Amino acid sequence: MANQTSKSFVDNLGKIYGVYAGGFIGFVIILAIMEQMGVPNKIIGYCFVFLTIGVYAYIGILSRTSEISEYYVAGRVVPPFFNGMATGADWMSAASFISMAGGLYLGGYGGLGYVLGWTGGYVLVGVLLAPYLRKFGQFTVPDFLGVRYEGNTARVCGVVVLFCASFTYIVAQCFGIGIITSRFLDIPFEIAIFVGLLGILVCSMLGGMRAVTWTQVAQYIILIIAYLIPVVWLSTKLFGNPIPELAYGQVLDQIAQLEQKLGILKPHAAAYVDAKGQFSWVEFNNFWALVLCLMVGTASLPHILMRYFTTPNVRDARTSVGWSIFFIFLLYFTAPAYAAFAKLEVYTNVIGQNITALPAWVQNWSQVGGLLTIKDANGDGILQLSEFIINQDIIVLSMPEIAGLPYVISGLVAAGGLAAALSTADGLLLAIANALSHDIYYKMIDPHASTVRRLVVARLLLVVVAIVAAAVAGTRPSGIIQMVAWAFSLAAAGLFVPLVLGIWWKRTTAAGAVAGMITGFGICLYYLVGTRYFGMAEWFGIRNISSALFGMPVAFIVTWVVSLMTAAPSKEMQDFVDSIRVPKGELAWVKGAVHD
Amino acid sequence: MADLTPAQRDAYWQRTSRLMWIIMVLWVFFSFVIPAFAVQLNSIKFFGFPLGFYMAAQGSLVAYVVLCFWNARAQNKIDEEFGVAED
Repeated sequence: MANQTSKSFVDNLGKIYGVYAGGFIGFVIILAIMEQMGVPNKIIGYCFVFLTIGVYAYIGILSRTSEISEYYVAGRVVPPFFNGMATGADWMSAASFISMAGGLYLGGYGGLGYVLGWTGGYVLVGVLLAPYLRKFGQFTVPDFLGVRYEGNTARVCGVVVLFCASFTYIVAQCFGIGIITSRFLDIPFEIAIFVGLLGILVCSMLGGMRAVTWTQVAQYIILIIAYLIPVVWLSTKLFGNPIPELAYGQVLDQIAQLEQKLGILKPHAAAYVDAKGQFSWVEFNNFWALVLCLMVGTASLPHILMRYFTTPNVRDARTSVGWSIFFIFLLYFTAPAYAAFAKLEVYTNVIGQNITALPAWVQNWSQVGGLLTIKDANGDGILQLSEFIINQDIIVLSMPEIAGLPYVISGLVAAGGLAAALSTADGLLLAIANALSHDIYYKMIDPHASTVRRLVVARLLLVVVAIVAAAVAGTRPSGIIQMVAWAFSLAAAGLFVPLVLGIWWKRTTAAGAVAGMITGFGICLYYLVGTRYFGMAEWFGIRNISSALFGMPVAFIVTWVVSLMTAAPSKEMQDFVDSIRVPKGELAWVKGAVHD
Repeated sequence: MADLTPAQRDAYWQRTSRLMWIIMVLWVFFSFVIPAFAVQLNSIKFFGFPLGFYMAAQGSLVAYVVLCFWNARAQNKIDEEFGVAED
């Protein structure tokens, strides 16, 4: 690739990625044959981790660029279909790939809150935001706030929210990368995180958004293959039906029977029940609160919104949202099946077995930082359900071994999980570094900085943020899915209202938006930190993963009231908003607005 | 937007807003109304699934995909009608 993305490259994307997907499947088959010939598991694990990272690094290096618009928005040439794939990889992180099926395994119906929450938000993105942000056509989300709310106050507030949300999110990804690399390379968790870090940096540092886009498409292909194959395999093996999404109705039935036999009080498919199997209003309220926060968070997270800056035009941005949700859907409607199959395997093949006769995977996973514990509490030598404690973060990774599939499938799943975590980490890292380098450094500190200097600053910040994130992840602050849900709440409380009202309600004033962001984000952060670290009592029993439930309405009301109390935006600003709402034509910039 | 008179512009935005509200209502229906009745729906069997579970695991997700593509199509039609679609 030359410095600018060439037309022939874009025209041949289908062919290029087709060959690539075929090559990857061939690679898996070769490793499967090697396994049969007696190559040790450890070598197979190494092959999966290093070869896939090598491919991403290769794409990253090929896509290096010194053009500003290539670096920040991939030259705005990404076709909707491929932007959909890239968004899918950007979106589906360690939380979706590694933890979500685990959450469904442990939570049953309650876990479906994540499935709904992490898909439905795209309706909001597509209808309320993506096309208008594309028309706005600058480089970052704080850019929009800075122009629409005329000044650096709103821009800085935007950067602060973006930083807090994206940083929490990226720590979770580093944590996931650490789990995978430490298990499959057999090295300590704290070192494994930094090995993974190199994988993140090689993709994003040289080529910015352009490199991240084309790597993410490659990563999507690997992660979806890796997620589907083990479930399809199990479904075929157990039911002769290669479509697990259809077959697992039967699995749910069998689980229900086993639950009765094992004396489990909380049925898998029952909605809103507590541990005793009774209907609970607390569970009910937490379910919809989580769904709402995750959906609104989807429509507020800058690393997702900025993907729609890369399409050629507004129409493509809309279609691209459709493709994004389609590619995400492929994984999300498989996850509950994955969880059901895993539960069935554990209930039938693990529980009730002689503890000394348990297979090697138990031993292997017990060594990865307390994620799996087996304790013969009553000393009868037989494994009871209560003696088998498995962390939700390893259900997906260990399922192929639990079900007795060949090790090559475990390696494949590891490669998929790694692709998911790396791709999201890349997107987040870029969102943070771009906000700092573009919005803070270029727009506020040194508006005359040369292109070379801007890109040097951007790359430097990228490396610094990545290292800090990895270091924080090394302290194991919390579970993956919890950290990610916090990130969604923080973004939802701080960014959703100013973005949506800025487009849909012309009367929104700068003072209103800033006041709304500060109060909404402040309340959300107060609740999160208070309940998590200072033993504050929960309000209405709402868990802190849904903190935005309190922040969002406050942000909305404050923005509304303060806007009405302050003078209406100028006629020029209203014309500017009008010009954002219509796909065709030039933007009517307000005099004095800084833009490229 | 230079080509639109203020009246046309308002009409365009009215149509766009109406589409937005229709989709938002459907979004609320699939995201909150159906899950609110999950307990009752679970007593119905659908392809071997309890229906409440099925809707949250698959049904609503399909609806979201359809809603997103439908929004793109319907909005494009409005754009073309008002002559504001991009070339």
